[in-house]
Amino acid sequence: MKFFSHETLETKLPWLIIGIVILISIGGLVQIPPLFFQSSTTEPVLGLKPYTALQLEGRDVYIREGCHGCHSQMIRPFRSEAERYGHYSVAGEFIYDHPFQFSSHRRGPDLARIGGKFSDDWHRLHMIAPRAVVPESNMPNYPWLDKTPANGKAIAAKMKALRILGVPYTDADITAAPGELAGKTEMDALIAYMQGLGIHVKSVR
Amino acid sequence: MMSDFTSNFWNLYIAIATVVALVFTAWILLAAGKDKGKASDTTHVWDGDLTELNHPLPNWWRWLFWVLLIFSAGYLIYYPGLGSFKGIGNWSSTGQFDKEMAALEAQTRPMYERFMAMGVEELAANRQAMGTAERIFQNTCARCHGSDARGFIGFPNLRSGAWNWGGDPADIEQSIAEGRTGIMLPMGDALGGEPGIKAVVAYMRSLSGLDHEEGLMTQGEALFEENCVACHGMDAKGMKDIGAPDLTDNVWVEGGTERAMMKIVEFGHNSDLADGDFAMPPHKGVLSKGQMYLLTAYVWGLTSK
Repeated sequence: MKFFSHETLETKLPWLIIGIVILISIGGLVQIPPLFFQSSTTEPVLGLKPYTALQLEGRDVYIREGCHGCHSQMIRPFRSEAERYGHYSVAGEFIYDHPFQFSSHRRGPDLARIGGKFSDDWHRLHMIAPRAVVPESNMPNYPWLDKTPANGKAIAAKMKALRILGVPYTDADITAAPGELAGKTEMDALIAYMQGLGIHVKSVR
Repeated sequence: MMSDFTSNFWNLYIAIATVVALVFTAWILLAAGKDKGKASDTTHVWDGDLTELNHPLPNWWRWLFWVLLIFSAGYLIYYPGLGSFKGIGNWSSTGQFDKEMAALEAQTRPMYERFMAMGVEELAANRQAMGTAERIFQNTCARCHGSDARGFIGFPNLRSGAWNWGGDPADIEQSIAEGRTGIMLPMGDALGGEPGIKAVVAYMRSLSGLDHEEGLMTQGEALFEENCVACHGMDAKGMKDIGAPDLTDNVWVEGGTERAMMKIVEFGHNSDLADGDFAMPPHKGVLSKGQMYLLTAYVWGLTSK
């Protein structure tokens, strides 16, 4: 029997398994590990700061309400996207996102650069009753956010967990966190989160 | 440009792993190609008489693999793929994006130059310019000011003819480019609670010819002169430099019911905004100069054409 012929693979099962494992894993090995050693994927863009306690709580409201089910946070480098949303997204903007909220659905518009586009009042009104300001909207109403107090109990633990993942929160940040949420609603938190999205990279026209 | 990798190792790692994978595939194809002719017996037998044969790959199938291998080699030479080797085509997704945007710029620049050379009045009467402006308005402004530009409670109606920040083209252009934040201070305490608020609102309503109680009105006039004239003026016609609205034109951005008016007098508006927050956001940088000029003419033309 010739060494490593088609017959070898057909009759010696371990060789078949080894061959398949090598071929499948090589793509992943080439694509994934180098990402951890690239400056464009590991260094924050200029001015990027970790989420404040209020913004972080807002992000968790965003996740809980499933906003990512309809809104992406990823502007692709196409003319049509840049014209509508602004500068395309770059990896350095998502350094402190664990997990990131790229999403893959756009039933609503992309939110990667929503920060500063609308006033807080607009967001509040729009979240309570989207069709009051955008008659064509198909977004559900989220009126309870304005009546639900932001949860300050878990915020310190969340920030500690994120610190383990590499977000540079100081002890002072974590101690002050529950106080920052005192008296705030989930609506305040969500709006604070959204107003901070994508404001560090700008296209200048 | 410096390599994006923190160490050159990763550059080599990718290049070598990719090339090795291609060579490995070629070797398997060569090895498998040696099984020519008839099927051999694998000696696997099931159920007494069911034997498994080893059929060589059909030639057309093997050749398909070779074509794919050669294609991938050509791909890796032309496009980036081998570590930090950029490929002889020098292609990148951001490079393609920049080309697209440059093509757009080249295509639209003559148009915008033509429009920018026109006066606002002429522009507002130009159908092509206003068609473009309408689309920019729908994409940028309509979410707050409405697709019909009539606004909503809290968001100014651009067809009302009332301009808190001035309705001249230069004022409108500045509102679009720099954004605007008007602040109404909460006056509830200064007016001495609900009776004072009611009185001032009665006076405000009288200015616009709305129904009100005469007795409250005179009381409100005194309170108004004491507390409100610094911004809204003795004649209550407002002050466009600080965006203080004219209270005599019966246009009420925050709502014209007695209740809505009492609310804004008592609690104010926007006074809790931090520095850098905007009620009307700035569009400088978001829109080009030409786009903002077109919008200026469009918004001006809504009432002045």
